[in-house]
Amino acid sequence: MSFSFPVEAGAVLMFARALGDLDPRWYDEASTAAQVHGGVLAPPTFVASAAHFDPDWPYRPHPGVPWHGSGRGPGFPPPASGSGTSLHAEQHYEYHRPIRPGDVLTVDREPGKRWEKQSARAGTLRFEEEITRFTNQRGELVLTAIRVRVVTERPVEG
Amino acid sequence: MRLEELTEGDSHSQVVVHDLTRTQLVMYAGASGDFNPLHTDEVYATQVAGYDKIIAHGQLTMGLTAKVVTGWVDEADLSAFGVRFKNQVWPGDTLTVSATVTSVTKGPHGPEAELALSTTNQDGVEVVSGYARLREAWTAEGR
Repeated sequence: MSFSFPVEAGAVLMFARALGDLDPRWYDEASTAAQVHGGVLAPPTFVASAAHFDPDWPYRPHPGVPWHGSGRGPGFPPPASGSGTSLHAEQHYEYHRPIRPGDVLTVDREPGKRWEKQSARAGTLRFEEEITRFTNQRGELVLTAIRVRVVTERPVEG
Repeated sequence: MRLEELTEGDSHSQVVVHDLTRTQLVMYAGASGDFNPLHTDEVYATQVAGYDKIIAHGQLTMGLTAKVVTGWVDEADLSAFGVRFKNQVWPGDTLTVSATVTSVTKGPHGPEAELALSTTNQDGVEVVSGYARLREAWTAEGR
């Protein structure tokens, strides 16, 4: 699948704030910190926020669709994961070119490898790899992301 | 610090979050777009998902881990960064990241360094292990 992901200065600033990272490299074009890098850059994990622009992202409420979080009641398990939990096991980024506010990235996602493992704590673990490529408005590949997700049979504490 | 100033074995450690708040998890949910209620909705997390509390986004811990690299070697840029999520991070946790230089080499575009990363909580339990590869800072690229 493919979608467009505009890199907006305000979104970059809010992302940096959510990390408690007030390095001016992420928001102040005039700062020495930004100039050393040829201008303002997006923080290393900013591409996580492409989720906002993913039309099929499951972890965002959609109008008219029941949301599995609490309201009047406690909510319900998301349909995909049964009684267990979908957890993020690994995340890898390869940086090919800088990402800066004003860029418009095209995001292409494809499934990677899949495998299963048995765990005494959590039952059967299903691992799934997802490969995401980010290409900028000049057609340059800027970043490759590999996400490994694991769906557990039972909840896993600590 | 510049890449040229790094030597194999150099290390640096820093507290990246002290007493992680539920508010910070809400901030991260809003900024990242990951509104999975497991991370912000304690009613859901305890009564439906079966956890003791809400759990932090793995990507938040990864982002916090990156701060040590970008803050320490501030005149370089990342060419690769990866983590394995080893244990849950909870509200109230204090996380410390330690970064150790495992190699410094000469690449096609100048010096490159590999760092091993480990993020631990207040009980010394590793929550994230990872690596970062650094290259010379971007200059006018991407303008």
